[in-house]
Amino acid sequence: MRIKSTLENYLFVLPAVTIFLIFYLIPFIWVFQLGMYEWDGILPTKTFVGLSNFKEVLTQDNIWWLSMWNAGYITLIAIIFQNAMAFMLAMACDREIKMKNFFRLVFFIPPVLSEVVVGLVWQWILDGNYGLLNAWLLKMGLPHLVKNWLSDPQTALTTVAVVHCWKGFGWGFLIFLAGLQTIPRELYEAARVDGANAWASFKNITLPLMIPVAILVAILTVLGTMQAFVLIIAMTGGGPAYHTQVPVLRILASMRGSSRFGYACAQGIVFGVVLIIISFVQYRFSKRSRQY
Amino acid sequence: MKSDKYYRGKKVAVNVIVYAFLIAVALTCIFPLLWMFSSSLKTQETIFRDMSLIPREFHFENYVLAWKQGGFGRNFFNSIVYTSVVVLGIVVVSSLAAYAFSRFTFPGRNLIFYMFMAAMMIPIPGSFVPLYVLLNKLHLRNTAIGYILCMINVGLSTSIFLLKTFFDKMPKELEDAARIDGCSKLGIWRHVALPLAKPVLAVVVVLNALNVWNEYVLALIIFDSKPLMPLQVALMTFQGEFITRYPLLMAGLTITALPIILVYIFMQKYIVKGVTQGALVG
Amino acid sequence: MAVKFSGCLRGVSALSILSLLCLCGCAPTPVENKNSVVIWHWMTDRQPAFEELSRRYEELTGVRVTFELYAPSDAYSQKIRAAAQSVSLPDIFGILGEKRDFSSFVKAGHVLNITPYMSADSGKWKNVFFSKALAVNEFSSDNTYGVTPGIYGVPIDITTIQMVYNKKLLKQIGGNPNRPPATLEEFLALGPKIKASGIQGLVSGWGEVWMIDCMANNYAFNVMGKDKVLATIRGDVPYTDPDWIKVFEIFNQMQNSGVLANGLVTMVNKNAEQLFANEKAVFAFNGSWCVNVYKGMNPGLEFGAMLPPTVSSRYPMVIWGGAGSSFMVNARSPRKEEAVKFLRWLTDREQQVFLAEITLNLPANKDSLKKISDVLAQFADDIETSTHPNVWGVSEFPAVVEALDKGIQSIVIGEKTSAQVAEEVQKIKQRELSKKNNK
Repeated sequence: MRIKSTLENYLFVLPAVTIFLIFYLIPFIWVFQLGMYEWDGILPTKTFVGLSNFKEVLTQDNIWWLSMWNAGYITLIAIIFQNAMAFMLAMACDREIKMKNFFRLVFFIPPVLSEVVVGLVWQWILDGNYGLLNAWLLKMGLPHLVKNWLSDPQTALTTVAVVHCWKGFGWGFLIFLAGLQTIPRELYEAARVDGANAWASFKNITLPLMIPVAILVAILTVLGTMQAFVLIIAMTGGGPAYHTQVPVLRILASMRGSSRFGYACAQGIVFGVVLIIISFVQYRFSKRSRQY
Repeated sequence: MKSDKYYRGKKVAVNVIVYAFLIAVALTCIFPLLWMFSSSLKTQETIFRDMSLIPREFHFENYVLAWKQGGFGRNFFNSIVYTSVVVLGIVVVSSLAAYAFSRFTFPGRNLIFYMFMAAMMIPIPGSFVPLYVLLNKLHLRNTAIGYILCMINVGLSTSIFLLKTFFDKMPKELEDAARIDGCSKLGIWRHVALPLAKPVLAVVVVLNALNVWNEYVLALIIFDSKPLMPLQVALMTFQGEFITRYPLLMAGLTITALPIILVYIFMQKYIVKGVTQGALVG
Repeated sequence: MAVKFSGCLRGVSALSILSLLCLCGCAPTPVENKNSVVIWHWMTDRQPAFEELSRRYEELTGVRVTFELYAPSDAYSQKIRAAAQSVSLPDIFGILGEKRDFSSFVKAGHVLNITPYMSADSGKWKNVFFSKALAVNEFSSDNTYGVTPGIYGVPIDITTIQMVYNKKLLKQIGGNPNRPPATLEEFLALGPKIKASGIQGLVSGWGEVWMIDCMANNYAFNVMGKDKVLATIRGDVPYTDPDWIKVFEIFNQMQNSGVLANGLVTMVNKNAEQLFANEKAVFAFNGSWCVNVYKGMNPGLEFGAMLPPTVSSRYPMVIWGGAGSSFMVNARSPRKEEAVKFLRWLTDREQQVFLAEITLNLPANKDSLKKISDVLAQFADDIETSTHPNVWGVSEFPAVVEALDKGIQSIVIGEKTSAQVAEEVQKIKQRELSKKNNK
């Protein structure tokens, strides 16, 4: 009986594991061992170089670590700014307000829009010479705030981060909303009967129950934002100089620009390890906080 | 003691702030959509010179042109089929697995789960090449089923992660009751767990639908024949090597955005509880 | 809840049946017509013209040629590499990338050596082309890539990269619309006037670093001559040489004089083209394809082509040119004879004229220049004095190129000086050299 039950359990995960083994694990192993070769992606011969690619990434590749720092900066802004906004918007839409459905629809438009459109529109808005934002600032009498948002080395990275937040908050919003919806209304009712005001019920009911969701969103945000690159290519090309360079762009540069496929794989592995470490930390933190 | 008027005033003030915030954000979200739509009604010459949101002339024929020249008919159908099949596949496969990870114990459970989690975090650069070689060996290159299986894999990890988190949060009483009633594991999954997880399932559906619908690089590499291509690949014909036919591209993008918005509107209903249940909270 | 799900189940089964029908309907491999030649390309703008030509060819010879388009060029590149890995390339394809990648494809046995066809009949086919166009498809006898010398690709068009100027705007800032600035001094002098008039100076896609590389290279040739530049690439001359610092300084001078557009370092080329087409910029640094682009966005634009203003008269100003789109024949294809025959027909005068007229690109066939527009002709005039990295026989390390280009970006935004950039580039060069020597 036990065996039958265990076999049943395995059957549940069988389809997922099968697909995973074939379509993820096999390519992964191929890429992983490729990190130990010097190869241009075309020639039938590869040169085995052992761990020297990994050593190079970890010790010599300054631009790689600069790009990691940039991605980290964008991610930090995303975790704080983007998720705070998503949470607040979800709270706002969770109440009984008019036009709730309209807002819910509208907030999801940025993720739906193709990167092409988003890149074009924001470039137009942020253009240093003819952009909408600068024109508006001038009209409001704030000429000293006018900047070349995407090419000024001091503002480029933050500007790119803000656009990313704009595009991404719709997901956090959706997940937070789903999470808020699964809190039984009776809890709020009971609290109100007990005389608790809005702030108290938020602190004692909403917040604790939403923490696991918040961690989930945080993990997904980190993973998604660290890997972002399409918008950056569209808006700044990774420049000026290396100011908006991110890890995936570096990997692409190794693959296409330098034709160093093996090195690109090594970079990818290092990147993955860093992401795992960050996510592991976040996950442990969530486990501990769930013991409230 | 603070008077009633104080409370009412405060409530109004809070509402005003909330509304102002919502509307401001909503405006920034609608703006690109409007711009995309209005650009699709302009011509190649006026698109960057006429900066107003409302075009001076309305060229609705851009849509017909985009449809015909992009060969949208067949590719649109393909996209719908691929997206539906992949999303369905992911929902079934990932919910089965996530339920098992959450509720069952079996040797290797944690290991396999962490494997899926790790897969979410390690992007494989240039994974297109090994996938192509693999599909070639399996004789699945240039086939719909090959593409579908690859795309199911792409969305699997995140979906499992999302679902497991919510299954973990779910109270077990209903499932226990069903088990006492003699329901099989599969039955519990189907009749108890899934319906309770509707909001999350809706999120999974939207997430994966969006990913598959917008995907084009893998499709371009795997497919050799145009009749099998999804919509996004057809759209690329407007983004020329040197010349981008912007109005047609915008028309094409608008057409492409519509079905996904429809999916979202439809799925939204599952995420949000009915009015009757929410009406008790002020 | 149960009701909803049975409704869902019905939907599910409907979809499964639908998809099964779909899968059956689309057989994975269509029956291959033994006579049909398959070409994979990325040139979106030319697909209609190609289809017309393939129709004509079929009428003429009964051989079917299918042009399959995969755009954009990035994705095309990946598709070609994936197909190369699984040895499933089509009969004819293109290789987007540098000479080094080209050489790898040849060494991996993917590309047919077409020298015998080119040299037949005392080089009848070979002589049809501009020498520069052929040179980028050829590996010379002293090439450093280890490839058997020969011709491996067929050029079907050429491009040059130069400057263009807006005649009306140039007049507005006090220049002569028929005589654009020829020396760097004249060019820099226009800077203050440009700033005063509120329009932009030079626009270009410098966010896509290869364009910076192109201009830097042009000035390098002008400052120190071809031999010294090639010697630097080979490693015999360091980048800290005063001539190189002089090249970097030019960019600093341009930025200080105000002749460069605002936000140039992150500008995408398509943006630059829009600005120039909409008469918001006086100068543009772009390729000959821009004629077609500008015409599409602003048919009434009056502009002319010019060489980058020279800084010295000791060595000539050399622009990049000659390379355009090329097709290669799959060496493993069972239809390679037919493929070569088709390419031969495609590069004949009549077909080249057709392509040039419809797509406004410069033809590779030198006898086809008669019917092209004025501005395009100006580009064509400078072909013979042009060069291209793919003909030098040596390639610079990509890491060095990237450092150089990003370094110039840093100079333009005022973050580094020319001397600093020179040092950094040289450091990377030495690192790459020592890596190579340790192998």
